[in-house]
Amino acid sequence: MLQIKNLHVKVGDKEVLHDINLTIAEGETHVLLGPNGSGKTTLLMTIMGFSNYTITEGKILFKGEDVTSMHAHERAQRGIGMMFQRPPTISGLKLGKMLTAISHTKDENIPELAKSVHMDKFLERDINKGFSGGEIKRSEVLQLMIQNPDFVMLDEPESGVDLENISLIGTTIGSLLEKDKHLIKRRKSGLVITHTGYILDYIDADKGHVMCDGQIRCHGNPREILKDIKQRGYRECLECRHP
Amino acid sequence: MPSPIKVPDLSKTDRDRLAQTGIDLSMTNRCGSYLQMDQDIVHAECGESGIEVLSYKRAMEKYDWLKDYAWQVVSPEKDEITKYVAAQKDPKGYVIIAHKGSNNVLPIQACLYLGKGQIQHVHNIIIAEEGAELHIISGCASGAHVGKGGAHYGISEFYVKKNAKISFTMIHNWSEDIEVFPRSASVIEENGVFLSNYVCMQPVKKVQMYPTATLKGTNSVARFSSIVISTPGSHMDLGSRAILEAPGASAELITRAITKGGTIISRGHINGKIAGTRGHLECKGLILKDGRIYAIPEIEGSVVGTELSHEAAVGKLARDEIEYLMSRGLDEDEATATIIRGFLDVKISGLPDALQKQIDASIDVAEKSGF
Repeated sequence: MLQIKNLHVKVGDKEVLHDINLTIAEGETHVLLGPNGSGKTTLLMTIMGFSNYTITEGKILFKGEDVTSMHAHERAQRGIGMMFQRPPTISGLKLGKMLTAISHTKDENIPELAKSVHMDKFLERDINKGFSGGEIKRSEVLQLMIQNPDFVMLDEPESGVDLENISLIGTTIGSLLEKDKHLIKRRKSGLVITHTGYILDYIDADKGHVMCDGQIRCHGNPREILKDIKQRGYRECLECRHP
Repeated sequence: MPSPIKVPDLSKTDRDRLAQTGIDLSMTNRCGSYLQMDQDIVHAECGESGIEVLSYKRAMEKYDWLKDYAWQVVSPEKDEITKYVAAQKDPKGYVIIAHKGSNNVLPIQACLYLGKGQIQHVHNIIIAEEGAELHIISGCASGAHVGKGGAHYGISEFYVKKNAKISFTMIHNWSEDIEVFPRSASVIEENGVFLSNYVCMQPVKKVQMYPTATLKGTNSVARFSSIVISTPGSHMDLGSRAILEAPGASAELITRAITKGGTIISRGHINGKIAGTRGHLECKGLILKDGRIYAIPEIEGSVVGTELSHEAAVGKLARDEIEYLMSRGLDEDEATATIIRGFLDVKISGLPDALQKQIDASIDVAEKSGF
């Protein structure tokens, strides 16, 4: 589904991602762990195609196609989607209008979908304006439900969300990733940034990666890596130079 | 339903231009109509009981008391424009009277059409008597061919009596060589509500106006909303003023201004003269192409107990907002148009649905031509 080869990324004049290599197969969900400021969000924003993130070297292949120099909308149209941790507030643009714009000619029942994530009362509100942490996540999930991407990136889906909402958001993300389908029939893939690991209860991740100082330092079983980090912190990861 | 308006010698293009200002010549969704083409009054009638639409001259002949309403809130000596209109021996324009307790579900349309390169002058008086509710859409347009020398001088005096309401939605569709000078003022009595909406999405050489609402009655309300786009060569000097003179009086002045190369001066003034009054002024501007937006918000309070605020911002489209929408699959132009559309989306509370739709339709036309 996604293949990243030898990727180097600059923000402004500074290189923040160095020689990233990552392959995510169809039906797989990977978890990205790492301390604050290690470059996890930068990687997601780069894969999405945001213009602030300049690829200086390397390639991003999606479904076998080189998307490295494509604009964000071209990547979205090919099936890449993202749940933002801190999406911008757009004054005047109503959530309902945005959902209609995203859906294009598709026949989704927007009010019904909104109701399923308790966002039906927000359709006439300016997008993200005055939304709580949980409301932002539910709005993001709702947009992804309409967009229905094949590859979903989730930037800290549980941050700022209370326990009740984690269950709702987790279950919805689980169905976006077709976790309710048998392994063999699963076509959707994902890449998830998490600090707490709560989301793992809903998405059964296949692989985990640890990012430090703009590099992916190690790979392994996501629950084991998380357990290790919870016990020892990131100190050893930071010291580790040999992934 | 009133019969369709017969308009002499108007091309399909110019009929469409009129339609874009909300003028419905078929009269399907209108209860009354006034149409003035240059200086000729083509049509003045209203099918709603209790509401009259008359030419200025006819109204003055019919009601002697009307002289107490002419040049009362706008001074004939105010400036060159008012002096010019006051000096006319054959005054034009309309008088709309909503008699006590009347109301119109379908709006009345007032259309001022400029087909020649000369000055069109009008003097309008609009009265909503006690308990009446009156909704008017004023479409002002010129023929696409009208060249230099075309100008519109318009005096409008509004009287909102006790428990009455007037909504006045003015949509402009002039052309590059036309100069427009509305001069209007209103007086709002106890529990009265005055909604004044202005939409101009099309080129004009110059517009200059600064309507004033005087809130004389307890709990009276005035709301001004302006949605404008200024194209290269357009000079729009716009403003609105509210004078709060009674307890509980409140005013809201909202502007959304976009320049694509023209100049917009957005003035606003709220004067809280007594305690228990409230006012808010808001101007948001977007500069899409180099032009000028000059916001001059003024709030003036002279007693303890008046609460006034203002908010003004001028900026550009935010890159992160555009890319956020692009990450959902919209291309850059679609994302930009969606954000601008949201920026211009001012929902005016108390405005009938038909009129809100008309405002939305004007924005649609601008959106289709790529803002």
